[in-house]
Amino acid sequence: MYGFLWSKLPGPIWARVLVSVVVVAIVLAILVVWVFPAIDELIVNEEVTI
Amino acid sequence: MARAYNRRMSAAVEHPAKSRVRRPRTIAETVRLVIGEILITSAVLIALFVGWKVWFNDVVFGASQSRAAEELSEEWRQQPEPEPAASTAPNKPAVLAGLVDGKAFGTIMIPRLGDDYRRPIAEGTGNNVLNTPVLGVGHYSKTQVPGQDGNIVLASHRTAYGGAFHNIHELRVGDHVYLETRDGWYQYTYRNTEYVLASQVEVLSPVPMQPGVEPTDSVLTLTTCNPFLSTAERIIVYNVFTEWFPRSMGAPKEIAHLMKKKA
Repeated sequence: MYGFLWSKLPGPIWARVLVSVVVVAIVLAILVVWVFPAIDELIVNEEVTI
Repeated sequence: MARAYNRRMSAAVEHPAKSRVRRPRTIAETVRLVIGEILITSAVLIALFVGWKVWFNDVVFGASQSRAAEELSEEWRQQPEPEPAASTAPNKPAVLAGLVDGKAFGTIMIPRLGDDYRRPIAEGTGNNVLNTPVLGVGHYSKTQVPGQDGNIVLASHRTAYGGAFHNIHELRVGDHVYLETRDGWYQYTYRNTEYVLASQVEVLSPVPMQPGVEPTDSVLTLTTCNPFLSTAERIIVYNVFTEWFPRSMGAPKEIAHLMKKKA
């Protein structure tokens, strides 16, 4: 899967690394800002634990 | 079966130089590879989520709870001088009344936990108080309130959701804990710490651990989970009421810098 994506990236190695890092950063940002808070809402349980 | 075995064997004995030429993967190998990658990706995502919750979101919540407490102080600072209630004799602390579940009624400041440490306190100990970015510390509604003899019990998270009581084990004898309400400041002095099981609700009694005994002084009890990242026990931190500062007298010196107008 990742190998396939890597082979589809254009350009020399440094360009591929750059693109990969940027994509990973974007994915992380999406997770932290939207996905994780949404999941947190879903799994909150009724029992209060501190 | 035999064929697969042979193929693997032949792959293993290939010369390093030759092995650069890749044999195309079989469908089974591709499926296994993708499943493996999906599993590893899931593990990384779950670890990221836990890290986000325990560290990242903890810091975000902590900062926003602190800001909410600052805004409460600011609001009270700007309010017109409160009517001196019947109970507000100069040396007798005001007794809080009219607490509503989920509504902030005070702030807590603990200099030992940081010069700028402060959090809002709201009535009730449900998730609507403890798990929000604007509250964080909850008052057990069946326990006493500031200004009354007895036991004021507060709860907060040790970790995650702002972890207001994360470092509560660092308090030392003589440290001060301050509660602020619209009427003024209550100063409590740290007395001792106790570790109990979650089932030991006697810590909530008017005289902690002595149910049925009539209180003669006021204790502020801070409760949270112990150890870190576990709910097995509770750490209980007792503080004894020492002084009352009505709003008209100005804030106690130790926390006066927190009461200045925002720059």
